[in-house]
Amino acid sequence: MEAVLRIFRGDQAEGRLEDFRVPLHEGMVVLDAIHYVQAHHASDLACRWNCKAGRCGSCSAEVNGKPKLMCMTRMDQFPAGEPITVAPMKAFPVIKDLVCDVSWNYEVNKRIPPFQPQPPEADGTWRMQQEDIERVQEFRKCIECFLCQDVCHVLRDHDHKARFAGPRFLVRMAALEMHPLDTVSRTAYLKEAAGIGYCNITKCCTEVCPESIHITDNAIIPLKERVVDDFYDPLRWLLRLFRRSG
Amino acid sequence: MDRYESHTHDVLVIGAGGAGLRAAIAAATEGASVALVCKSLLGKAHTVMAEGGVAAALANTDARDSWKVHFRDTMRGGKLLNNWRMAQLLAQEAPARVNELEAWGALFDRTPDGRILQRNFGGHQYPRLAHVGDRTGLEMIRTLQDRTVQLPNIDVYMECTVARLLTDGGRISGAFAYRRDTGRFIVFSTKAVVLATGGIGRAYKINSNSWEYTGDGHALAYDAGADLIDMEFVQFHPTGMVWPLSVRGILVTEGVRGEGGVLKNSRGERFMFRYVPEMFRKDFADTEEEADRWVADVVAGRKAEARRPPELLTRDVVARAIAQEVREGRGSPHGGAFLDIATRRTPEEIRKKLPSMYQQFHELADVDITKQPMEVGPTTHYMMGGVRVDPETQAATVPGLFAAGEVAGGLHGSNRLGGNSLSDLLVFGRRAGLGAAAYAKTVADGTRVAADTVEALATQLLAPFERADGESPYAVQEALQDMMGTYVGIARSHDDLQTALAAINDLRARAARVSVCGSRQYNPGWHTTLDLRNLLTVSEAVTRAALERRESRGAHTRVEHAETDPRFGSVNVVVRRAGDAMTVAREPLPQMSDELKRILDGEV
Repeated sequence: MEAVLRIFRGDQAEGRLEDFRVPLHEGMVVLDAIHYVQAHHASDLACRWNCKAGRCGSCSAEVNGKPKLMCMTRMDQFPAGEPITVAPMKAFPVIKDLVCDVSWNYEVNKRIPPFQPQPPEADGTWRMQQEDIERVQEFRKCIECFLCQDVCHVLRDHDHKARFAGPRFLVRMAALEMHPLDTVSRTAYLKEAAGIGYCNITKCCTEVCPESIHITDNAIIPLKERVVDDFYDPLRWLLRLFRRSG
Repeated sequence: MDRYESHTHDVLVIGAGGAGLRAAIAAATEGASVALVCKSLLGKAHTVMAEGGVAAALANTDARDSWKVHFRDTMRGGKLLNNWRMAQLLAQEAPARVNELEAWGALFDRTPDGRILQRNFGGHQYPRLAHVGDRTGLEMIRTLQDRTVQLPNIDVYMECTVARLLTDGGRISGAFAYRRDTGRFIVFSTKAVVLATGGIGRAYKINSNSWEYTGDGHALAYDAGADLIDMEFVQFHPTGMVWPLSVRGILVTEGVRGEGGVLKNSRGERFMFRYVPEMFRKDFADTEEEADRWVADVVAGRKAEARRPPELLTRDVVARAIAQEVREGRGSPHGGAFLDIATRRTPEEIRKKLPSMYQQFHELADVDITKQPMEVGPTTHYMMGGVRVDPETQAATVPGLFAAGEVAGGLHGSNRLGGNSLSDLLVFGRRAGLGAAAYAKTVADGTRVAADTVEALATQLLAPFERADGESPYAVQEALQDMMGTYVGIARSHDDLQTALAAINDLRARAARVSVCGSRQYNPGWHTTLDLRNLLTVSEAVTRAALERRESRGAHTRVEHAETDPRFGSVNVVVRRAGDAMTVAREPLPQMSDELKRILDGEV
């Protein structure tokens, strides 16, 4: 049994799809097939990977047009005899082959107002109830594969990277905002720098999340509500005006 | 020199897993300018794969715990070969390091009274591992990563690999590196280097490690003239996935057994009852009834009065037991043992406490662990041996060189307890960062990097592009991995180890003739040729040290010397370079105080 992998080769300036034949074995994933190509056909084929167990979020790519972790995508789910196309994420500039320049994400992360805890108990530690941290623990499952960023049309189709932080970092800010110990308000940041208003909750990000984080429902919508409360609630608006003039 | 980028920093940290990140934070907090180099993207280092938890005697879940018990467990787990001072520092400082993570935003699972919850693990007498389900490493690395990027005096160099350390008059003066994305070279001028490169698992075919784990720090230190100790001690984790082939070696957390999971052979026997070593006999249950009572207590959140199930023996013991069951014909269909949590806990509990395991088996092996047992077998997991360091500062034997985490040797002795690696990263990552920053203050500015050295290194690194029609570097790496698994695996014989040494020589010759195609830009074939050099160095060190230790202790088993030999109980095997030759020596362990000896004897 063999499969044909149709892999993007090239960089941002030019590229083409190249076919490689790969023998199949039970339980094989797309990343295994890529490794086979590197070992037997093209030692310079560029791809990122680390854990090969869906834990590190390195091997993101578009397999038959769908954003996937290559290490968690089984070969036996594709119809036999048809080529499987593997291409880099579309929302980011291609460095080479399947490797994209994702450095923009790291720049966005750096600018997020950091965690600032309330003072600890007398013994220097904090008390928190499990039920109060569970929603934040959901967000902290994120493995930074950036597939949600890749599929988000604000970034992918409109390239609003200067104005919109993207679902990954809205999830991160939700984790900070809902952290029981955090004392910082990020609603102004969310509204302006992070551009949360650009998200029109199409839930594409939620659909591709390999960690099944409910990005739209549990992170983005509650954050939007906080922004609305802080900036568009008439009472609070008056209060802010009053404080400013005071 | 304009063929290279040049950067000057006080401290260069190589590796951005838990140890490297914690070292960078510590050095930066001391005011040092820090370069943090990572082979992959930030946040992808192997720490992310740590599942079960971080061992710290917080005594939240069981008030009987204390640093003394943690110290004793660590020493006993290492079969007393550990550097006692490192074991003591680990046990004493781990609680503060874990609490510090919460100050930086980490969220561990909680006890009913709102404190950090702790779980049971092999070799730990009390529930000691602070954890977040089975993704503790991710929580740690993300917390440290987010802290790191807030510190203005840390410059992060992502996808960058250090190929050689540079020395000037016997001291560290810098490092020669290349950027993986462009292939461009970097010369770092630096006063101190902290190695935090992790382990060597990629020297073996069946392993739980990522591609990065090629013994870089071990080889860099060795080349620079530093001592390596305990290189014979490679941890084979008892529970790696065995089927399908594509996932062979991927880790199944010890947390499965900590949550009550049991090991069975093809006859349905809980075989671990037959493998309890004398040293641990009084601490472990001898009937299934007692073991089950322990689980019932733990599940109910009560203080366990029964003795622990033998599935929670140390990793060396469990790995050898599984290997023996398989050898004697009682293995599972694909050559492992059955690990069963399905009949022990409810599906809801399993999905809550072991979500990654549930997903991993469901998606990659078509196994529902809430209904079926897992098939598991030993996988190369962790390197106990490494750079010999000073326990207080993590200074290596070369001035200006420091090491922390898996690349450093001594803390774990002949066998590491699960959960101690994450506390190791925090405790000794911080100490290494402080040590390096303090050292850097004693060195005048303007360390020299010789231009001709740099030119020669560049030529050497680019040589695989100049050769035509050579072998593929992947073929040589695969041959090395097969060979190490066959001849330097769990059970080692004199003849096998000699065969391995000869094979390493041949492989080194093959590695010198490999060629690569394409450009310098993001070229994994080229990177593999450079990693191969390190893999060969560490493979030789493991083999030579294994030949020297003619006894069985912890993770090291010699077929013709099956017993522990007290003559080897007081020495480290030290590997160092003499010209082009690798030398091996036995050197005495540091002596422990009487006070600590009394703790080992049971006084807490």
